[in-house]
Amino acid sequence: MAPFQKKLWAGLIVMALLSPLGVVLPKLFNAEDAWGEWSSEKLKELIGFVPAGLEKLADLWKAPIPDYNPGGDGASLGAQVGWYIFSGLLGIILAAGAIYLLGRIFRRHEK
Amino acid sequence: MHIPDGYLSPQTYLPLFGVAAFFWATAVKRVRSALSHRYVPYLAMAAAFSFLIQMFNIPIPGGTTGHAVGGAVVAVLLGPWAAVLTISIVLIIQAVVFGDGGITAIGANCFNMAVVMPFISYGVFRLVAGNARGGKRFLAAAFLAGYIGLTAAAVVTAIQFGIQPMIAQDAHGQPLCAPYPLTVAVPVMAAEHLLLFGIVEGFVTAMLVNYFVKHEPGLVYAFREV
Repeated sequence: MAPFQKKLWAGLIVMALLSPLGVVLPKLFNAEDAWGEWSSEKLKELIGFVPAGLEKLADLWKAPIPDYNPGGDGASLGAQVGWYIFSGLLGIILAAGAIYLLGRIFRRHEK
Repeated sequence: MHIPDGYLSPQTYLPLFGVAAFFWATAVKRVRSALSHRYVPYLAMAAAFSFLIQMFNIPIPGGTTGHAVGGAVVAVLLGPWAAVLTISIVLIIQAVVFGDGGITAIGANCFNMAVVMPFISYGVFRLVAGNARGGKRFLAAAFLAGYIGLTAAAVVTAIQFGIQPMIAQDAHGQPLCAPYPLTVAVPVMAAEHLLLFGIVEGFVTAMLVNYFVKHEPGLVYAFREV
């Protein structure tokens, strides 16, 4: 691998190791969910009810690692930091892996 | 900006799957013929980068959070069609594995962040940069590509939220999906991206585009097309 590319991959791994900032900083500044991405419970707090159509679909899918942080806000900070780093590294593998896989499929079709 | 399941009615998310599918099919065609094997590692890194930058939630103190997407830097460095493909893959992984963005909203989220954002960003960059390959004008072009691209994606997302109370309500006029009207959704999402998240996307774009122009100028898609 070219040294330039090696450096870039190393940079991506450093980003994954720093990704817990994404959970620590919002806590520090008392900031909550992104606008429009509330849970059904939070929505009930905000507007007094959960819209019927929304309620029907809200739990359609059970993701294996919800919000990069399966313990949620209640888990210890250490656990949340650990899950974030794990999710970041897994994200690199999945995202890059998907591209390499697609690249292979395209090439096979070209021949 | 990741719309969860339930916030969009079928009459919104189904057509957006169609639109996204059109762009996916075209992107596959364009990227296959335009990119040789040596670009595959860069596409892979672009996807990993976009995934990671989205984990850095930026707080508005006492309010909401948001994040950069990386769509502008990928569009300028690898081209808007490569960005369609890489950012879409990231968004699908986020929805399926991490529950970030709904399964039913994959088409909508891909349209907003993987189509609207890269094309607006790329257009802004080309328009502002002209023939500049460094200097103030060039840096401004990269910053604006991120700033305007992300804000445009946020506004398009807000429109999808905001039309729900009009098109999805029960017999009593109660909203069935996203409850806030356009007059709330658009100003809120536009403001938070104009004032904070867009600025972060702009700086990230300017820094990285500048780095690549210095170290690997042959790679930069926006220059090859000039």
